[in-house]
Amino acid sequence: MSEAAAHPPVHHHTAPTGFIRKYVFSVDHKVIGLQYYGLALLAVFIGMVLSWLMRLHLGWASLPIPGLEKLSPAGAPGNVMTPEYYLSLMTMHGTIMVFFVLTTAPFAGFGNYFLPIQVGAADMAFPRMNMMSFWVTFAAFLVLMAAFFVPGGPPLSGWTAYAPLSAVGQEAGPGQGMGQTLWAVSIAIFCVGQLLGSLNFIATTLDLRTKGMSLARLPFSTWAWFITSVIGLLAFAVLLPACILLFLDRVAGTSFFIPSGLVVSDRMMPHNGGSPLLWQHLFWFFGHPEVYIAILPAIGIISHILPAFLRKPLLGPRVLISCIAGIGFLSYMVWGHHMFVSGMNPFSALLFSVPTLVITIPATIATLLWIGSVYGSRLRFTTASLFCLGFISVFITGGISGFFLAQPSIDTYLHATYFVVAHFHFVMAVAAIFGMFAGTYFWMPKMIGRMMNETLGKIHFWLTFVGVYCIFMPMHYLGLAGNIRRYAAFTDDYLVPLIPTHQFITIAALATGAAQLIFFYNLVWTRFRGPKAADNPWEATSLEWSTTSPPPFDNFGGRQMVVHHDAYLYGVEGAAADYVMQTSPEAVKSPS
Amino acid sequence: MSDMEMSAGAGGHAGVMEESPFAIPSGKLAMWCFVLSDAVTFSAVLFAYGYLRVGSADWSTPFQFVPSVLNGLVMTFVLLTSGLTMLAAVEAAKAGRTAAGTRWLWATCALGALFAGMHLMEWRHMIEEGWRMFQNPLGGSVHFGAAFFSITGLHLLHVLGGVVALAVIALGFPSGKYNRIDVEITGIYWHFVDLVWMFVFPLVYLMNAK
Repeated sequence: MSEAAAHPPVHHHTAPTGFIRKYVFSVDHKVIGLQYYGLALLAVFIGMVLSWLMRLHLGWASLPIPGLEKLSPAGAPGNVMTPEYYLSLMTMHGTIMVFFVLTTAPFAGFGNYFLPIQVGAADMAFPRMNMMSFWVTFAAFLVLMAAFFVPGGPPLSGWTAYAPLSAVGQEAGPGQGMGQTLWAVSIAIFCVGQLLGSLNFIATTLDLRTKGMSLARLPFSTWAWFITSVIGLLAFAVLLPACILLFLDRVAGTSFFIPSGLVVSDRMMPHNGGSPLLWQHLFWFFGHPEVYIAILPAIGIISHILPAFLRKPLLGPRVLISCIAGIGFLSYMVWGHHMFVSGMNPFSALLFSVPTLVITIPATIATLLWIGSVYGSRLRFTTASLFCLGFISVFITGGISGFFLAQPSIDTYLHATYFVVAHFHFVMAVAAIFGMFAGTYFWMPKMIGRMMNETLGKIHFWLTFVGVYCIFMPMHYLGLAGNIRRYAAFTDDYLVPLIPTHQFITIAALATGAAQLIFFYNLVWTRFRGPKAADNPWEATSLEWSTTSPPPFDNFGGRQMVVHHDAYLYGVEGAAADYVMQTSPEAVKSPS
Repeated sequence: MSDMEMSAGAGGHAGVMEESPFAIPSGKLAMWCFVLSDAVTFSAVLFAYGYLRVGSADWSTPFQFVPSVLNGLVMTFVLLTSGLTMLAAVEAAKAGRTAAGTRWLWATCALGALFAGMHLMEWRHMIEEGWRMFQNPLGGSVHFGAAFFSITGLHLLHVLGGVVALAVIALGFPSGKYNRIDVEITGIYWHFVDLVWMFVFPLVYLMNAK
C-alpha cells in the first residue's frame, strides 16, 4: 500500500510568513515548545549562577566575590554578601529553578513540542491560547527578575515564602518590600500561564488523537504530560488565590497570614488575628503536587526513551501508567508532611505520614519495572540512554531519603537540615534535570534536524553524574550531623567542623557547573555543525519518528497518520526489522 | 450538524480522529476543565475564610435582614433568573432561532450587569459604614471585612468577566461569527458563576446574619 493511500491528505494549514509570526508570536506548538525550552535554559543558567554564589559563601563566608557589590551595594558591601543577601539569592535560586526550569522545560517545553506530534495532531487544540500561555509565563519571568533591581532587592523568605515574614512588608528585612510583592505578582501570573497550558494539553490529548491512536497506545511521555496537566490544573488553582491573599496582606492591610501582637524590628504590626499556618496549608496543598509536576514528565520521558535503546518494550506498561496516575492522585493527600514540625496536632502527622509512605509504592514499582526491563537487555549506550540510567540511579537515591523524611519521628530531627536539601535536590534538581537531558539528546535531532555530538554528550554525562553525587551525597551526612539549612554561615561549635565538607561540595558544584559548559557548547555545535539527522536516527517507533527532522509546520506534511500499534514494539519476532513503527500496517501480535 | 462536526473546522483539525472519551468539542471540554480549576480556586478562598472564622474569638455577624440579607436574596434571585435566561439562550441557539437566542443572551447580560450594580451599591453601603478589608467598625475581627471583600470581590470579577463575554458573544452570534457551541460554552461559564454564588451567599451572607 503506497504512502499516499495509507495516509490520505487532510486540508492544509497555511504556513506563517515573516520573522515575528514565525519565531516570536508564533502559534506553532513546536516554536512555542522551543521558546519554553529556551526560557528554561536562560533560567537554569541564572539559577546555577545563584547557586555558585551561595556555595562560595557557604564554603568561605568572608570571601569577596568580584562584581557582587555592583549587583547590590546594600546586599554585598565590599563584595562580601550579607546573611540577608545570601537568603535573597537562595530565595531567587529556588523560585527560578522550581518554577521556571522544572515546571517549564520537561512539561511546557518538551510537552508542547511533542504531545501533538505523539498523538498525531497537526497542532494543539488551542494554538493561540498556547502562544498566550508562553508569553504570560515569560511576563512572569520578567516580573520576577525585576526583583533583583528594585530597592531592597529580592525577597529573602525562601521559595516557600512563609508568613508572617513574607506578609508583613519591608520592616521584616531587605527585599521584603517591593521584592516580595513582585515575587507574589510574578507567581500569580505564572499560575495563569500554567492553567492555560494545562487546558491545552488536556483537550489535545483527549480530542486530537489521530485515527487508531487509542488512549492505550499513547506513549508514556504523552500519558505523563496529560496526567501532569491534570495535576497542574488543580494545584495552580490553589497557589493563585494564596498569592492573591499574600498580596492583599502586603498592600491592602489585611491580616490573612499575620497574627496579632507581632513585633517586627521593634514595631508592633497593626495586623491581627491571621494565621501563618494558613499560608503553609495553602502553599503546600499546591507545593506538594508541584514537585510531582516537576518529576512526572521526566518519568514519562525516560520511560519513553529507554525502550528505544533496550530494543525491547518495558515490563508492565499498563502498570507503569497506573503508577504515574496513582502518584498524581496521591500527591494531593500528603501536603502536611512539609508541616510535621509546624505545631499542628501531632495526630495529623500520622494522617499525612501514611499516604506519604503509600506514595512510595507506585514510585518503587515504576523503578523496579525500569530495572527489570534493563536486566537481560542489549542496551545501546548513547548519551540519551545513559541519562535514563542515571535518572534511575538518582531517583532511587533521592527517593530513599524520602522514606526517612516521611516518618514524623525521624523528620522531627531532620526537618530543615541539609538532609532535606539532599533529598529534594536529588529528586528535583538532579533526576528531573536528567530527564531533561535525556529528552534533549534524544529529541534534538528531531527538533533541529541535526545530530548532537555523542562524544561530548558522554563526557557531559559522566562528569555530571559523578559531580552531582559529589555535591549532594555529602549533604545527607551534613543533615544527620545537625547542619541546619538556610544558614548563611556556620559559626556554632558543632557546625564549624562541617565547613570543610561544605568546601568540598562547593568545589564539586563549581566543577559540575563547568561541565555543563560542555552541554551548552554541544548545543551550539549541533546547531551549526551537527551532521544532518535522518527522520528516524534511533530506529524508534512513536509518531514523532514518522515525520521529517525537523517536522514540517503542520507536523506530518498534510498526511493523515493512521496508527496500528502501541509505541514500544521493539525486538518483535517475525517482524521485518527489529522494530515496528506505530504507523506501520504490518500485522504483528501486539497486546493492544 | 453535530457538535463535533461544527467545531471540527476550528484550528483545521479536520482529519479522521479517534473519538474523544468525552465526545464533546474541545472548546467545551476546556471550559469544563477551567470551571473545575476555578472551583478549586474558590474553594481555597472559602477554606481560608472558614479557617480564619473558626480561629476568631470575636467574629462579627453584622447582616441585618433589612437591608443586607434582603438585598442578597434579591441579588440571588437576579442571578438565578439570569441562569434561566441563559438556558433559554442555549435552547434557542440549538434550535437555530438566532434572533431569539441573541435576545436571551442580552437578557442574561443585562441581569448580570444588574447583579454587579447591586453588588457595587452594597459595597458602597458597607464602606460608608466603615467596613474595610482591614477594618471592622463594630470592633470585632478584622477578618470579616477581609473575607467579605475578597470573596465577593473575586466573584464579582468573574461576574463582570461573564458580562463582557456575554456581550461579545451576543454581538457576534447573529452574524455567525460565533455559533451555538460558543453560546453553550459561555453558558457553562455563566452557570458556574451562578453556582459559586450559591455557595458564597449562604457562607458569607446567611452565616453572618444577625
